[in-house]
Amino acid sequence: MQSAAQSDVVLSVKDVKKRIGGKMIIKNVSFDVRSGEIFGFLGPNGSGKTTTIRMLVNLIKPTSGDILICGSNVQRDPEEALRHIGCIVENPEVYSYMTGWENLEHFARMQRGIGQDRIAEVVDIVGMQHRIHDKVRTYSLGMRQRLGIAQALLGRPKLLILDEPTNGLDPKGIKELREFVRMLADQGMSLFISSHLLSEIQLMCDRVAIISHGEVLAVGAVDELVNQTGSYVVWQFDDPEAGRRLLAAEQGIRFVKEDEHRIDESILAGLKEAVITSMDADRITALVEKAVHAGIGVASVQRIAPTLEELFLQLTEGESIG
Amino acid sequence: MDRLLPLIQNETLKIWKKKRFYVVVLVLIVLIPVFTYAQLKIAETNRKNFKDWRNQLVQQINEYQNMLSSERIPEEWKRNRRIAVQQLQYYLDHDVNPNSPDGVTFTRSFMANAVNLFYPLLVLAVASDLVSGERSAGTIKMLLTRPVRRWKILFSKLIALTLYVSLTVVVSAILCYLISGAVFGYGGWGMPVFTGFVINGSTVESTYVHAVPQWLYVLMEGGLIWVSSMTVAILALMVSVLVRSTAASIVTMMAAVIAGTILSTMSSSWESAKYVFAVNLQLTDYLAGSPPPIQGMTLSFSLIILAIWSAIGLIVSFGVFTKQDIMN
Repeated sequence: MQSAAQSDVVLSVKDVKKRIGGKMIIKNVSFDVRSGEIFGFLGPNGSGKTTTIRMLVNLIKPTSGDILICGSNVQRDPEEALRHIGCIVENPEVYSYMTGWENLEHFARMQRGIGQDRIAEVVDIVGMQHRIHDKVRTYSLGMRQRLGIAQALLGRPKLLILDEPTNGLDPKGIKELREFVRMLADQGMSLFISSHLLSEIQLMCDRVAIISHGEVLAVGAVDELVNQTGSYVVWQFDDPEAGRRLLAAEQGIRFVKEDEHRIDESILAGLKEAVITSMDADRITALVEKAVHAGIGVASVQRIAPTLEELFLQLTEGESIG
Repeated sequence: MDRLLPLIQNETLKIWKKKRFYVVVLVLIVLIPVFTYAQLKIAETNRKNFKDWRNQLVQQINEYQNMLSSERIPEEWKRNRRIAVQQLQYYLDHDVNPNSPDGVTFTRSFMANAVNLFYPLLVLAVASDLVSGERSAGTIKMLLTRPVRRWKILFSKLIALTLYVSLTVVVSAILCYLISGAVFGYGGWGMPVFTGFVINGSTVESTYVHAVPQWLYVLMEGGLIWVSSMTVAILALMVSVLVRSTAASIVTMMAAVIAGTILSTMSSSWESAKYVFAVNLQLTDYLAGSPPPIQGMTLSFSLIILAIWSAIGLIVSFGVFTKQDIMN
């Protein structure tokens, strides 16, 4: 399946650069999105994510480079290329003075062959049957988001582009979105999702491109990239000192000092006197057993993924060495 | 073309749903009765003072002539009055009352007075946010990422705008007639109105003067108002492409139009002001034979100037809209 997917590239970005006001905003961006995959686009705010997305959908013209969607060049043949994509750039902005249904009719008229039945179908997919005939200005953000997605799905796109889709959603909404994205991918659609949160990309995406200061640092499978960086294992013992001694006696376990890690404060806040280590996660079970034998109670053990920042450090270091 | 029709439908629908045209109609419905009432008062006073409309004309002519002999009146005014006297005399000689109070006459004079400020204002209510509104609401991102070339989107906006400008001219004339007719009566269709005055310095040449029935005159007025309104509409469309905020776009256009009105009252010495579009908006004056704001301006001159401004407006609008990066 992997090899079949590789031959089928939905979106191809080649050496794209963009200069705005004499400044290179996008220095070099290249990646491919394959058919049926969920592709993450990860970078901190201001790294050029949105500018890149705007170039993908023909809102901004690249200074140089090519963007091909299903083989058609977005700049030269937008009518053909944009037929294959649906997108929400930043917020789902639809006409607030019309109803949801009227909005969908409006966008349906901009493409050939989308009738009332297809509109009803996408309304069904996003589960908006009850409110679709209300004015959009009465919608919550979550509902606008759904309407935006419904609009993007109208033309049966091969690729759906979502820019920071979880922004402003509550945890329930985020979970629903994740499930929804997975469902679309299972139906064979490719998804391109941007985010500044590594955890989000980890939860949703198969592959990822990491962008910083207008340059793509790495493209690859999400798991591989994360494993490369190595995750933390955080221990909580009944007797922290004894636990520390036990771990220190083992080979290949490194203690991480307070100022060395970049784990989110909010995660550590609930873990009093935690021992933070960097080690092979496969050994956790054996070590827990050992501690129990030694009479040291283990209150909790958890793996904590590295933060985006750490991933960046890793990647940029790798670059300077290479 | 079959691809453009649904786009034009979209744009027409959006303007309608935004209730912009309601505003236009509402403004007309409020203002026309006000003017009708004012006109009624004038008519009453005239009836009290003059048994015959001819006496009124004679009195007016006398007044103007007195003014002409005064030395404190600026030369510019005198020129206007001299021409007015000749025209009034012409009406008197041909036994036609230029101010007969009826629905059609009211409509005629209302439209003539509205051409340089009121119509542009109504047009701006529709045109100013056609593009800037989509930008400030962010909907332009949805609009321009659909598989439609940008020029088609702007073109469909232009067609929708043309539609509403035409509708504004027609609806205003109809409302004017209906509302004022209720007070003055619905007559006056066939009343002869003189047109074809050729102004030559400070005299009126009457060789080409001929009478047309008033309905035809109103129709001609409507056509000229349409031309000047379309020029304003196209320039407003251009400004709304260039400027991000709708407020800025309205202010820019209003300033231009008002500046034009002010210029036309004071610019007899600054001759090149005649190339400013807003000075040329008062096309109906050529029909009535009022002296132009700047000597040497003629109907065809004004039409050419407006056409040039419109062409530039369209070139800039399409040029910028199809190339610009949507950053915000």
